[in-house]
Amino acid sequence: MNAPNKEVLLSLYRQMLVIRRCEEQLARSYQAGLIPGACHTYVGEEAIATGVCAHLRHEDAVFSTHRGHGHALAKGVPPRQVVAELYGKVTGCSQGRGGSMHLFSPEVGMMGTSGIVGPCILQAAGAGYSFKLLKTDNIGVAFFGDGAVNNGAFHEGLNLATIFNLPVLFVCENNQYATEVPFTYSSKNSEVANRAASYNLPGVAVDGNEVLAVYRVAGEAIERARKGGGPTLIECRTYRTRAHAEGMREAGYRSIEEIESWKARDPIPAFRKQLLARGYRAGELDRIDEEVKAQIQEAVEFAEQSPWPDPSTLMDHIYSHSGA
Amino acid sequence: MRELTFTAAAREALAEEMAQNPAIFVVGQGIGKRGGNFNTTTGLYDLYGQERLADVPISERGFVGMCAGAAMTGTRPVVDFMFLDFILDGFGELVNQVAKMQYMSSGRLKMPLLLRGCIGVGGSSATHHSGNYYPIFAHLPGFRVALPTNPYDAKGLLKTALRTDDPVLFLEHKSLLNTKGPVPEEEYTIPFGQAAVVRQGTAVTVVAFALMVRKTLEACEQLEKEGISVELIDPRTVAPLDVDTILESVRKTGRLLVVDETFGPCGMGSEVAAQIMEKGFDELDAPVRRVYGAHTPIPYSAPLEQAAVPQVPQIAQAIRDLVAE
Repeated sequence: MNAPNKEVLLSLYRQMLVIRRCEEQLARSYQAGLIPGACHTYVGEEAIATGVCAHLRHEDAVFSTHRGHGHALAKGVPPRQVVAELYGKVTGCSQGRGGSMHLFSPEVGMMGTSGIVGPCILQAAGAGYSFKLLKTDNIGVAFFGDGAVNNGAFHEGLNLATIFNLPVLFVCENNQYATEVPFTYSSKNSEVANRAASYNLPGVAVDGNEVLAVYRVAGEAIERARKGGGPTLIECRTYRTRAHAEGMREAGYRSIEEIESWKARDPIPAFRKQLLARGYRAGELDRIDEEVKAQIQEAVEFAEQSPWPDPSTLMDHIYSHSGA
Repeated sequence: MRELTFTAAAREALAEEMAQNPAIFVVGQGIGKRGGNFNTTTGLYDLYGQERLADVPISERGFVGMCAGAAMTGTRPVVDFMFLDFILDGFGELVNQVAKMQYMSSGRLKMPLLLRGCIGVGGSSATHHSGNYYPIFAHLPGFRVALPTNPYDAKGLLKTALRTDDPVLFLEHKSLLNTKGPVPEEEYTIPFGQAAVVRQGTAVTVVAFALMVRKTLEACEQLEKEGISVELIDPRTVAPLDVDTILESVRKTGRLLVVDETFGPCGMGSEVAAQIMEKGFDELDAPVRRVYGAHTPIPYSAPLEQAAVPQVPQIAQAIRDLVAE
């Protein structure tokens, strides 16, 4: 795979900032009482969605989990549609039917985030099955946390993807806690990547706070999948630096020191440092941040001004009306 | 007209639709070369190959979830559970994902997923191979549930199921699989939500489901000799349920009995009775009555098994009692 050029490097930086600024805004909106339901932020994990989705096109199908804002944004859902969705507005990507945990935008290949842990793994395998049967070179991608890997869906999905040699990427975002239960408690095998050996597919562990590392590993796996080389499991080691969900307190399941040590490994300043070392100018990077901030501000105004869904549409779309 | 078995008619529907639509594929255990435990796919592997007739490991949650993802991305999977009892291991995927996907995506994703399996009590199949479970799926928004009772309906309903973009449960009672009936050579489909009036009558309306349609028909022949004229309705699909046809019949007869092989509580009988009381209370000359299976896990030994489900004499007696009320 070719090293990322300038355009790619700056778009990775911009994408991470879009996620970060959007999440920061959603946290503020939550605190202001503008988000009526749950809000699970992706702060600290931006490098993963960014590094993976940089290789995807709209026809590739992404399936995600309850912590899915970053995946939706990186797959191409405009921030205004994500913010509006969390506000419960009809202009949201799920037209107000979903909220934080149910983001849908099939137009850009965002096939949904889910409030249930595990199904995304199986559905990504199913997308792979479709793409193989339809003889396209599109791929299915599942994003899920460490909480999903002790679940049957993980094992059944990896097995199905390997026996059918499906074009799928399984991306485990190992942030070390399933809500508040440490991964070291949940499993005697402290690794995720090496579980791939059980099903005979490639398993790769990567620093999930290092966007170029994720970009490289994902790029290789995606290229292999597109060429008929089958699925890959990638374990991205990372950390969420905010609470499991906004409004939840840090209830003593992890130490302040631990949180601070990971904040010091924040993927965005780390990447900025790399860009500066490569000769990019601070002003250029600052300008990207200013543009992103304006974009998020516009998204919030859009959400605030958008209409509520019409209650008369409550029963729409339960069935397809396809003639049965 | 030629006669086919129930199984052959359903298989013909699948074969015709697979020939028309290259996006249809089937998964299940033994549905590949073997042709299916219940001969649901006999001969199709040789025509369409392994990718479209894919044997899968015994991992129901896995392949149900996989097929959900496939249905969202341009193909039309058929999950052949063999015995419907096995569907329960994939229940979470069905309820939380499959049934809700169109709604949650505001209709932008489709869910053309066919779920088929054999249901019903009989043949000492015991408790893990005798399930019915259709009222559970009829309870949930998002599913279509078809319960064909003869070869003609099996073919017509399966064709409809393979053309709709909604998830459909197509449930085949084991005791009906080898029954024969007329099936035209010409193309036809049967829309969902249209009950069949199996037998016209004047004294009482009986709504029966799955195998109970045949058992009630037997009872009707006996009652005919006694001078009791029964109108028998086969809803054919329980979701949607054709309440209008039942109501129309009750307007004529004033009496309604619901016969169902499966459990009474929160069952089809409860639903039909409630809807007719809401919409046609003034048409009723007697309370709605129900005959249903015992509220118990299904046992193995024949005398126990037979005691668990309605039998012809019991149905006949319930009709006599209702007419006398």
